[in-house]
Amino acid sequence: MIKIVKRDQPSRAIFFFTPVLAIFLTLVAGGLIFFILGFKPFEALKFFFIVPIADKYGFSELLLKATPLCLIAIGLSFCFKSNNWNIGAEGQLTFGAIVSGGVALLFYEQEGFYILPIVILAGAIGGMLYASIPAILKTYFNTNEILVSLMLVYVSKLILDYLVVGPWSNPEGFNFPETRQFSDSAKLPLLFEGLRIHAGIFLALAAVVISWFVFYKTYLGFQMKVSGFSLKTAKYAGYKGKKMIILVFLISGACAGLAGVGEITGPIGQLHREISPDYGFTAIIVAFLGRLHPVGIIFASLVVAITYLGAETAQIFMQIPKYTGQVFQGMILFFLLASDYLLFFKIKFIGLKK
Amino acid sequence: MIIDINFIGLIIASIMASAVPLILASCGELITERSGVLNLGVEGMMIIGAISGFALMTVTGSLIIAIFGAMLAGVLISTIFAFLTQTLITNHVATGLALTIFGIGISAMIGKNFVGIPGKEFPVLFEGLKDTIPLLGPILFGHSIVFYFAFALPFITSYFLKKTKIGLIVRAVGDSPESASNQGINVRLVRYACILYGGAMSGLAGAYLSMIYTPQWIENMTGGRGWIALALVVFSTWNPIKILIGAMIFGGLTIIQFHMQAIGVRIPVQFLTALPYIVTIIVLVVISRDSRKIRLSTPSSLGKSFHKDN
Repeated sequence: MIKIVKRDQPSRAIFFFTPVLAIFLTLVAGGLIFFILGFKPFEALKFFFIVPIADKYGFSELLLKATPLCLIAIGLSFCFKSNNWNIGAEGQLTFGAIVSGGVALLFYEQEGFYILPIVILAGAIGGMLYASIPAILKTYFNTNEILVSLMLVYVSKLILDYLVVGPWSNPEGFNFPETRQFSDSAKLPLLFEGLRIHAGIFLALAAVVISWFVFYKTYLGFQMKVSGFSLKTAKYAGYKGKKMIILVFLISGACAGLAGVGEITGPIGQLHREISPDYGFTAIIVAFLGRLHPVGIIFASLVVAITYLGAETAQIFMQIPKYTGQVFQGMILFFLLASDYLLFFKIKFIGLKK
Repeated sequence: MIIDINFIGLIIASIMASAVPLILASCGELITERSGVLNLGVEGMMIIGAISGFALMTVTGSLIIAIFGAMLAGVLISTIFAFLTQTLITNHVATGLALTIFGIGISAMIGKNFVGIPGKEFPVLFEGLKDTIPLLGPILFGHSIVFYFAFALPFITSYFLKKTKIGLIVRAVGDSPESASNQGINVRLVRYACILYGGAMSGLAGAYLSMIYTPQWIENMTGGRGWIALALVVFSTWNPIKILIGAMIFGGLTIIQFHMQAIGVRIPVQFLTALPYIVTIIVLVVISRDSRKIRLSTPSSLGKSFHKDN
């Protein structure tokens, strides 16, 4: 017999165990899907999760993909902790990239140590500006931030498209939808010869450290947590709700904008049509999988980054469609949410009485 | 310049055609939300419906199987959402997002083999009557059965919610699950049913896109319509008749955009394409500004989990 009992208190051990369980269940379900599609499940999973990171180059690619995911997810954790549903990080990333790309183009063929910091700052500001739209509309016009931030994703991609096809397109570029190459001073330095991993990873690590400090060592972090649990309590305690909503959106916009900077000033070095394979959306999963905890988010970003690489590898070697990556990402979140049930409920196995 | 009055009729008809998927998905989501459940997975369910309909049509050759199959696919995928949010009490927002991501991925995976295959012609009704009445002829006649169903749906939905006993139960569950439960209503069961119904309507909306509106399979072909459908529910302040108005406005924006491009208006294409999204935001702001009105019309328990201790 199985009996389900409500726990007196959410279990802390289970809180950190369920993400692992979710990943395991995703692998099992993924193997099953591969089997249904007519592939050998273990071989497919090997190509998906092990082969891509088996060498130095693969590992660098893993970090390259994990960097924007981690950065954005850290930003989102500020929003999610305080019950603000910013799901438009993809738009904030794109707009940050547009602003920083525009600034980088202003310094075309110029060199100087001061250029890169300005370009990075521009990206953060761009992301913040774009995130401020849903934040201001939510606080002053009572507008649903989920829908607004999402609609803005489509708008940002169209702005980018307009710019790289039209006014910003490379005059010598044979009408390719891309801008000129940024000057070297506007690019994030690569860390190792022959690998694509770049200095953007330090931005992500800095975000991790700062967010940990803010969450656990400041009054602001405490306020956010309280508002996340209960808006009523927060109001009762006299917290400035509106200010905090705008602040968390700005933080998360800045992080997404920085991720955008990393994408265009890293290995690519120019603006073009598709600067992000939906990092902004995937980072939502990363934030949840990492339990909105800075350290958890590091691990989660690495795990989810594998799904990007794995999808590419599996496509090349086994002709498995690359969208399998998204399927895996969706499943991770499903299983994670589902296994949260164990946080609040205990499943007891009771022996059959004779 | 002489404007052919039938041409205006045709434009209105094309606006109505592009409103169809929005009406279907919005009316489905409206019922779901009226029961207190916020399902953000509309985009995902819609795209699943689109690929299922197209794939079934190609494989079986039967339009009826394809249409009902797409609705069934919507039901199946929304069952995941229902199970998670109702049985395992998960967060509605996060679960809906997962559903959308999962749906887009799985539809592209299934759809890989269906890219580039031409669709089938979908039969239209009353084709012969099109030229009998000026202006109204092209508006009223010569459309698919799904088209007529979509335009009847807001009225059916309104009648259902206001005049039938089950409609009353749905509203009771959405406005006050505790008292509904005390009255002996199985809140979870009602919500399950409303979620699955929403899934069926989103599936149908997707099938309309891939089988009737643009009969082919293109990855991500819903292009944010699921999200606009969600916005429409807010726009309508949960009143099905107003969905009709909203959907016509958005349909109009889509169609005007095509015509402006065709006559060579010198506005960047991207701006015209962005218009529906920008207008959605503006409309949401205007509607939501009056927070009291929104609070009065929003189902009280929307997005909140209900768990009865047993």
